[in-house]
Amino acid sequence: MRRLVTWAPLALAVLLGAALTYGLAKPAGTSVTSKMVGASVPAFALPPASPGRPGLASADLAAGRPHLVNLFASWCVPCAAEAPQLKALAEAGVPIVGIAVRDRPEAVDAFLVRYGNPYARIGSDEASRVQMNFGSSGVPETFLVDGRGRILQQTMGPIGPQDVATLIAAARAAG
Amino acid sequence: MKRALLALALLAAPALADSDLPPAPYADVALPDAGQEASAKALMATIRCLVCQGQSIADSNAEMAGDMRSLVRTRIAAGERPEAIRDWLVSRYGAWVSYRPPLSRTTAPLWVAPLLFVGLGLVIARGSFRRRRRG
Repeated sequence: MRRLVTWAPLALAVLLGAALTYGLAKPAGTSVTSKMVGASVPAFALPPASPGRPGLASADLAAGRPHLVNLFASWCVPCAAEAPQLKALAEAGVPIVGIAVRDRPEAVDAFLVRYGNPYARIGSDEASRVQMNFGSSGVPETFLVDGRGRILQQTMGPIGPQDVATLIAAARAAG
Repeated sequence: MKRALLALALLAAPALADSDLPPAPYADVALPDAGQEASAKALMATIRCLVCQGQSIADSNAEMAGDMRSLVRTRIAAGERPEAIRDWLVSRYGAWVSYRPPLSRTTAPLWVAPLLFVGLGLVIARGSFRRRRRG
């Protein structure tokens, strides 16, 4: 018993040291996920990101059909990389709307001409205000929203070819 | 061949990682009211930048940090309390975004453990002092 009392603090210190070393050595997760998943889309109304195309408001997302809300930007390289996947999703009948973050109309137009336009509507989010309201921390990010405007899931980073089938299934299940 | 590739690599423009839009209105502009600016600054120093992650939004040059500073200043100017703005951000990004850890079930050990250790130390110290006096 005596001996146990003598050595217990050392054993505790070693255990604590091991735990701290493990915490330091383990690579920290760098993606900050949105806490809005499960909540309703925050109220917003964005002007069109390019003239002649409709803008985007939260009411558009609660009109009965599920949507993919894609946050993108013409200056974002991975956004161009996910363009073929968005096209495939749009062709599969998944409604996609866009939020162009910190972008200019002419730059958005050029981006759509170059990489195709899978979006039914695109809102322009000049000061990242709506992006923050969604709990999004970068572009590209994609939120699945059900027909009543509830956020079901978040995809961070570009949608890869392997994600397309899962997203189609999730969007069908949401509707 | 290798040299040509190197020359090409040197000529290539770096990939654009930021937009070419100017910073948000209140990203780097102080509020006219000194009191409001002070409380905005105090809040910004305790809000974590989402992109750089090791810096507060007050210290970061990232575009998104600028947008967050602008959001903080605009809301303070509109009369919102700093803690309400913090809560708004926490409800979107989780407690992660704040440098002030809240007292919750997961963080309770952080707050309680030091007290426990001090208590334990006192008990041990008392025991050993007693023994010494007797001996």
